[in-house]
Amino acid sequence: MYKYDQYDQQMVDTRVEEFRDQVRRRLSGELTEEQFRPLRLQNGLYLQLHAYMLRVAVPYGTLSSAQMKVLGDIADKYDRGYGHFTTRQNIQYNWIKLEDTPDILADLAAVEMHAIQTSGNCIRNISSDQYAGAAADEIVDPRPYAELLRQWSSFHPEFLTLPRKFKIAVIASETDRAAMRLHDIGIKMVKNDAGEIGCQFYVGGGMGRTPMIGPMIREFVPLDQLITYSEACLRVYNRYGRRDNKYKARIKILVHELGKEEYTRQVEEEFAHLLTQGIEPPLAELERIKPYFDDPAFEAGASDDLDLSDPDFRLWVERNTHAHKQAGYVIATVSLKPVGGIPGDASADQIRLMADLAKEYSFDELRVTHAQNIVFPHVRKADLYTVWQKLDEAGLGTANLDSVGDIIACPGLDYCSLANARSIPVAQKISERFGSAEKQAEIGELKLKISGCINACGHHHAGHIGILGVDRKGVENYQLLLGGSEGADTSLGKITGPGFDEDGIVDAVEKATNVYLANKQGEERFLDTYRRIGMDPFKEAIYG
Amino acid sequence: MKILTGNDLKTGAVTWWTGVGWSLDVNDAADVGDNGAAVIAREEGAQNVFAAYVIDGEKTAEGVRPAHIKDRIRALGPTVRPDLTLKPSDPNALNWVI
Amino acid sequence: MVEVQFRLREDEAVNDPAVTVDAFTEQTNASAVRVEPGDDARALLPHLDRIALVEVNFPSWTDGRGYSSARVLREAGYTGEIRAVGDVVIDMLGHLKRCGFDAFAPAHPLNPADAQAAFDRWDNVYQATADGRRPIWALRHPA
Repeated sequence: MYKYDQYDQQMVDTRVEEFRDQVRRRLSGELTEEQFRPLRLQNGLYLQLHAYMLRVAVPYGTLSSAQMKVLGDIADKYDRGYGHFTTRQNIQYNWIKLEDTPDILADLAAVEMHAIQTSGNCIRNISSDQYAGAAADEIVDPRPYAELLRQWSSFHPEFLTLPRKFKIAVIASETDRAAMRLHDIGIKMVKNDAGEIGCQFYVGGGMGRTPMIGPMIREFVPLDQLITYSEACLRVYNRYGRRDNKYKARIKILVHELGKEEYTRQVEEEFAHLLTQGIEPPLAELERIKPYFDDPAFEAGASDDLDLSDPDFRLWVERNTHAHKQAGYVIATVSLKPVGGIPGDASADQIRLMADLAKEYSFDELRVTHAQNIVFPHVRKADLYTVWQKLDEAGLGTANLDSVGDIIACPGLDYCSLANARSIPVAQKISERFGSAEKQAEIGELKLKISGCINACGHHHAGHIGILGVDRKGVENYQLLLGGSEGADTSLGKITGPGFDEDGIVDAVEKATNVYLANKQGEERFLDTYRRIGMDPFKEAIYG
Repeated sequence: MKILTGNDLKTGAVTWWTGVGWSLDVNDAADVGDNGAAVIAREEGAQNVFAAYVIDGEKTAEGVRPAHIKDRIRALGPTVRPDLTLKPSDPNALNWVI
Repeated sequence: MVEVQFRLREDEAVNDPAVTVDAFTEQTNASAVRVEPGDDARALLPHLDRIALVEVNFPSWTDGRGYSSARVLREAGYTGEIRAVGDVVIDMLGHLKRCGFDAFAPAHPLNPADAQAAFDRWDNVYQATADGRRPIWALRHPA
């Protein structure tokens, strides 16, 4: 993975000193809260329901074990012994003190980490495929391009006061494992007819109040124009994105209101101009970055044998591992969704254990997924049983990847001041209702996502089953959506009808899965059956 | 009754206006009547609190109960981690919130 | 008139009253123009040779359209003064300079020591912008 050079290190160190000075000016009263708020947001520091919350960036979801260990230590030293992994591959701490934050950022900088631009109206963490560098179906590793974009977007002086937040995802396979079409800019690495690698641009996707799937605006941008084209997209947004209404300020609204053709025309015009300005790094810079993402020293001829006689281990292998491009290896997903647990939360001890296991068994590398799990990207099959046993001892061995127990949930009203309803208790109840391994195996792949408010941080629009928490006259109420999908076949979920209370929504989910099981044909997943038979059978079963 | 809540600038802790100062315990919250905005302006100016706002509450046997569930969760702590709330050993705490 | 608290140019300051972009394109004897967030700075491109001063207004520092306006002008070859006016705050100063601003007239005077620290904060920069600084990628790969 990428390692900082002296310049990168200096940038994060300088940022720490800048923020330290901003905190000083805030505490002395020189800066009002109104002036300070945008500054602290650009260092990932929110004011949440109970305290300050710090969101640490995990660039394109990749971490070293040394970095993971520091994340665990921060949880102990400055917080309450745990962290929360998010739907944008970051980690959040919920009980941070303002006066500690500069020191936390310094601790992070010492291991090449930061909280730069993880909030605020600027370009946020660039997300990517959690199987990058390990999956057989990618045409290239997308992460060098994500790293190039990370540096371009960090402290970009023209784009720090955008109309609203800006999220970019980069993938490099037909299978979209990063919900790329639901980002402000989604980039898919592709090959043209001449076999050259380039970037396919999708602009104007997003969730929130008005979910939209980003249209493709450019089929192929050559590698030596990636930054210039990105800059053109951002400049048009900075100049013309709406600033009159916070809820209409994302680029998806601009693209929608102008129309894809007109937005594209403006971008191409700006792009033609910017090409004359020499803002593109030389290809040598990409060539400098790429070797950091070379394959680790895989053992040639590693055995493909796996002893699956332990039934619990077999279940975990079936559910939580994915084929690796290298024979004898697997990609292993560590579930942070134990039955009845809080999705995405991990204790400091668990975080450090995962760090140790990654160091020993996964070439020192981990990934955070946007489904709030952790991935060990390169595990030898020969080591897999040992790894699973140690995970299982620590409550990290749940075999539920992409099944109904692998719930994605935002922190909700238990933690978030924007929320209208609690999401975690709903996740816990559903997890318990479907807790048995048999039940989960019977239902198979089912991506269930819960948001505690319309901001959709739980990505409920993209859930095969989605749940949206609302406030109905001061009482928590839950709407059910069906048929969303975040893959290459991106679709937005449709609401079933009137909402439910907390117990009611759990029952409604069970009724929906029963309709699926009763109607399923062949190997259909829940999503496939829903798409085939439509909403009516589900409505009937749920509402009678 | 109208009560005030806000956060401590340095620690971020949730605080409640008692009439003379800011307490971590919602049961110390005082009825500010129509004076909420004025108190907030003064207290924020003096940096004794920030992000303060007025909410509805009712007097109860124990003290004060905010009218909206969000503020009750704010008063107690996350319902899914009783150990991290202000009343980790109180079996009735969750009922009080909901 | 609001004081120009910081000016990074050697030449004489122009202090003609600035007219609006619309008025400027009609008034052939004006030499100072004021760009509001909603203005298209490119409307000035045919007239760059008669502009001695561009004021870019920031009614609120969180409305960042003025940064694009300044870069657009510099990219088109404008070498006169670009002055940031309005809600100009310490933490913007470095970014404004990077986008081509060389004069700053904040509505509320800024602490000079904090301002200097802000200007001097970053030894290096990741992007090529209008200020002529060599970005990190150029330092990594000297041509």
